[in-house]
Amino acid sequence: MNGNPIVNLGNTGLYIVTDIGKMAIFLMKSLRGVFRHPFRLQELIRQVHFVGVGSLAVIFFTAASTGMVLGLQGYYSLNKFGAEGMLGSAVSLTLIMELGPVLTALMVAGRAGSAMCAELGIMRISEQIDALDCMAIDPFRYLITPKFLATLIAVPLLTAVFDVVGIAGGYVAGVGLMHVNPGSFIQGMQTSVTNHDIQLGIIKSFAFALLVVWICTGRGFFVREIRGAGFGAESVSRVTTQAVVLSSISVLVFDYLLTAVLL
Amino acid sequence: MPSAIEFRDVVKTFAKSSGGLQTVLKRVSFSIPAGKTTVIAGGSGQGKSVTLKLILGLMQADAGQVFVHDQDITRARGRELERLRTQFGVLFQGSALFDSLTVFENVALPLRERTEKSEVEIRTLVEASLGQFELAGHEEKYPAQLSGGMQKRVGLARAMQLKPSIMLFDEPTTGLDPVMTREIYHLFARTQAEFGFTSVIVSHDIPKIFNLADQVIILNKGEMDVFASPEAIQWSEKPHIQEFVKMTMGDIYQSHLVEK
Repeated sequence: MNGNPIVNLGNTGLYIVTDIGKMAIFLMKSLRGVFRHPFRLQELIRQVHFVGVGSLAVIFFTAASTGMVLGLQGYYSLNKFGAEGMLGSAVSLTLIMELGPVLTALMVAGRAGSAMCAELGIMRISEQIDALDCMAIDPFRYLITPKFLATLIAVPLLTAVFDVVGIAGGYVAGVGLMHVNPGSFIQGMQTSVTNHDIQLGIIKSFAFALLVVWICTGRGFFVREIRGAGFGAESVSRVTTQAVVLSSISVLVFDYLLTAVLL
Repeated sequence: MPSAIEFRDVVKTFAKSSGGLQTVLKRVSFSIPAGKTTVIAGGSGQGKSVTLKLILGLMQADAGQVFVHDQDITRARGRELERLRTQFGVLFQGSALFDSLTVFENVALPLRERTEKSEVEIRTLVEASLGQFELAGHEEKYPAQLSGGMQKRVGLARAMQLKPSIMLFDEPTTGLDPVMTREIYHLFARTQAEFGFTSVIVSHDIPKIFNLADQVIILNKGEMDVFASPEAIQWSEKPHIQEFVKMTMGDIYQSHLVEK
């Protein structure tokens, strides 16, 4: 860094603009990889297994505990107004529209996104990505596109699992522990959840999946060019942390924006 | 003699972390003759690896042009760049093998990704290649299970799969013991005699590497000195070359320098 604050400000501005530009081109090239031959179907299946099946246990426990907390907390709040019958509605709407997509994306960012970022970072510093370029093998088609597609397939499905397990958890807490009428729990859920609510949840899960995979793979891919990341193994660890933090924050910010626009 | 690679007035500058700019290549021009071995030597940070990256189109020059078989790689993009790169084989300093792939899969990778050959044809070619590079029996091993010398041989076998016309070697003997280094040099000489490709070797391993060289390029502070043969270096009147000879070749050319 230079001693002159104006020069530093200018350099930082240039760095940010360049970084955004690079990430935008990275996104376009990653999506373009879908149409480039040969398509790596086996790698896609492997990645879907890694992101989807590999995250099932984490999603299951997170969803069950979130649903049960919602059941207990919801009962406590609604009971004050004598509206325990609305518990099914409150739990299901909260999970389908907000917590399902958001918490699933955060779990995937922490588990699969960090692994993708570290894998690409190590491949970059050990010149494996340069080797692909030198063999005239498109690294986007070969490495990045399967990760993009797998995340876009797995995250909405994981979100659906999260919603179902979470609602079941809410049912157990509300009906099993707090003795809410099971009929009113189910009835409240059926009457209040509309197609529009489910669509909002699906749109969010796709958007969050794209954000997580874009940021995590992009940071790993550009590990050498990230300012202040350092060198070697240290740069990979720093950039992986940065990728998870950045993608988590992006998910939360976009959750608000999408809710404000689509609700 | 036709040139395989030609640099014309190439300039490459980098921003220093402490601020300011460092010019690694200052309007550099030279050509690498086809079918011969050119060694690029010089101290650390003098731009040897940058030169390789410019040849491969992995890095853009700030000014000037780099021609590969008379085609300007500095202007090539997309498919055109990919097509130009198919003429290269590269052996990286750390071999750059894919950790998650076996030896067989690493060597088969360019054939699977860049050709329409069937799996049967690929197996035949890869097995023949592994035999040629004395790697038979190691097909199912992963790179982490191999010695440094074996990793280099796998890297070389992989680089040779698409029958490149130009082979680039980036510090090929770094980290190898003297026995393994000699073995790798024998392998280079043998494969070049067999395939007749143009070799560009970036190395610190002077003067041993000079035994392989037809032409030597010495990089120093952004400028290049080209010598038609390794022996010609000793006749240079330039102080930095004489210093380089003293530093790197020691006794071999010392008697000549004393005479001068």
